[in-house]
Amino acid sequence: MNRSQIQLPVVEKEQRLYEIRREAEQRGRVDARGIQPSGAPFPRASAETGYYGIPLLKQPAWTWEVPLYFFVGGAAGASAVVGAIANYTGADRRLVRDARWIAAAGSVLSPALLISDLGRPSRFLNMLRVFKPQSPMSVGVWTLLGFSSGAMAAAFAGSLRERYGEMLPLRVLENAGEAASLLFGLPFSNYTGVLIGATAIPAWNENAGELPIHFGMSGLASCVGLLELMGHRRSRALQMLGLGAAMFEVWEGWHLESRHHAALHPLKHGVSGGIIRAGGVLSGPIPLALRIASLVAGRHSVRIRKWAAISAIAGSLLTRIAWVHAGHASAKDWRESLDLNTEA
Amino acid sequence: MPITAFLTDSTLCIGCKACEVACKEWNEIGDDGLDWSGHSYDNTGAVGHSTWRHVKFVENAPEPGLGGNAELNSWSFSSDVCKHCENAGCLEACPTGAIVRTEFGGVFVQPDICNGCGYCVVSCPFGVVDKNPDDGRAFKCTFCYDRQKADLVPACAKTCPTESIKFGELETLRAEAKARVEELNRRGMHDANLYDPTETSVGGTHAIFIIRGDVRAYNLPPKPEVPTVYLKKAWTSSAIGAALLLGGTLAAFLADRPRRRR
Repeated sequence: MNRSQIQLPVVEKEQRLYEIRREAEQRGRVDARGIQPSGAPFPRASAETGYYGIPLLKQPAWTWEVPLYFFVGGAAGASAVVGAIANYTGADRRLVRDARWIAAAGSVLSPALLISDLGRPSRFLNMLRVFKPQSPMSVGVWTLLGFSSGAMAAAFAGSLRERYGEMLPLRVLENAGEAASLLFGLPFSNYTGVLIGATAIPAWNENAGELPIHFGMSGLASCVGLLELMGHRRSRALQMLGLGAAMFEVWEGWHLESRHHAALHPLKHGVSGGIIRAGGVLSGPIPLALRIASLVAGRHSVRIRKWAAISAIAGSLLTRIAWVHAGHASAKDWRESLDLNTEA
Repeated sequence: MPITAFLTDSTLCIGCKACEVACKEWNEIGDDGLDWSGHSYDNTGAVGHSTWRHVKFVENAPEPGLGGNAELNSWSFSSDVCKHCENAGCLEACPTGAIVRTEFGGVFVQPDICNGCGYCVVSCPFGVVDKNPDDGRAFKCTFCYDRQKADLVPACAKTCPTESIKFGELETLRAEAKARVEELNRRGMHDANLYDPTETSVGGTHAIFIIRGDVRAYNLPPKPEVPTVYLKKAWTSSAIGAALLLGGTLAAFLADRPRRRR
């Protein structure tokens, strides 16, 4: 063997061998920890560390369709309400028609999104074999059914009547459809807040008392935004509704930020917290400022309102994505479900 | 029909995982691979769509006394399973009626009805129900409904070699569990206690557990809540939201009306 390959003993390690020998001779045993195996120290399960940090709760099993469904449903539900009220108060015919079409488009898209999220889409109709008032999903599906039928009937009967002239059956269908879409549109615009609020996910159920209002106002903001993008940028009624919704969203954002609770952690930190805040800013302060500016802007008013509308729509969509995302983050927080979080 | 239950006694469990194997074989649950977790000998992690019994390996800091001494880690094993709640979040949430209460008191997902909406997954305070992404439907412990109907003991209880998993009538097992905890305490195992959340909104379960020490080391929630308790608050908020929407829209369009007609 080449002499250069022979490893010379490290003095300290050699010294340690003498120490071990001495200890063994004097005491009859050696107290030493030995070598730490790789991976040590090993994870422990305890009252403080939980079960190896494995989350107790399961994350939502929903696909990308669900937050989009929340957005579309909110906008469509609010549009049906706006359309019906605009009609009853004798507002601009074009506004009524456009609001109805948004509602009708939403009433086609919503079930499509809901069904494609199912693990077994072909079994969607199983939802209609029972009605369970204690299940927000069941109540929601029946609301969706009533809303969709009403909104589609109102939009199609209305357009047929405008094209082919006055016919009693069309008139009846249109009015009944409109009344139904108003009646069902009210809960449809915000029930998705109940849907996620009444669950085992801490970040959601901690907000069960405000998510429905929040989602409803967000839906109204996106409905107003869509109508403004369709050209109704001079409607004072829409401006007032947009202002009201934006003011509510400002309050909601402040309310969320000012509360301190460990369950709210995913709403303020991490990716989900970032999207919540981005959605909040786009839904509240920005459209509010733009709308106030448009009130005093004179000839630029219409263009400013367009940007307020775009901001509100983007904010509304982001808000739903953020809340679903926060649900995932909350389910992953193993401390929260075991009541191990001490600080907010 | 008798109201049945599981009593899982972690002081008798030897961590053999016979229950996991028996459950998978009897119920023909798909293979889900094997990853080394590094969490003691637990390479399963949690109950899920493909795991209806799961043996937890609760490896703790050295604690002198029964079942551990100064040099060895204290070790206890506990076979986890669906709790079959008295007020079951999954059952209440299911919009198809696929999840039902059986005549034995268990909670059963009918696989021929479930359409995979996933709402039960977020409604279970114990994180038990799970959607199988390949199959599309939700799955969990059936309480061996098929075997119980045929007067047979569930597969896990039948194979348990130490009778750590006991199966029987709920109230009998509750009494047995209390006596067992008292006996363990008398013998010096002072941290032995019964997990049976009857005082919470879940209203008790059909799977109760004798464990040692803090429930949180076993990934059991100290205060499980059935999500239906949030319904009142949420629907009140929904009603206020609807009133705001209706009132606001009416006010806005009524206020806008006279100006245009002028």
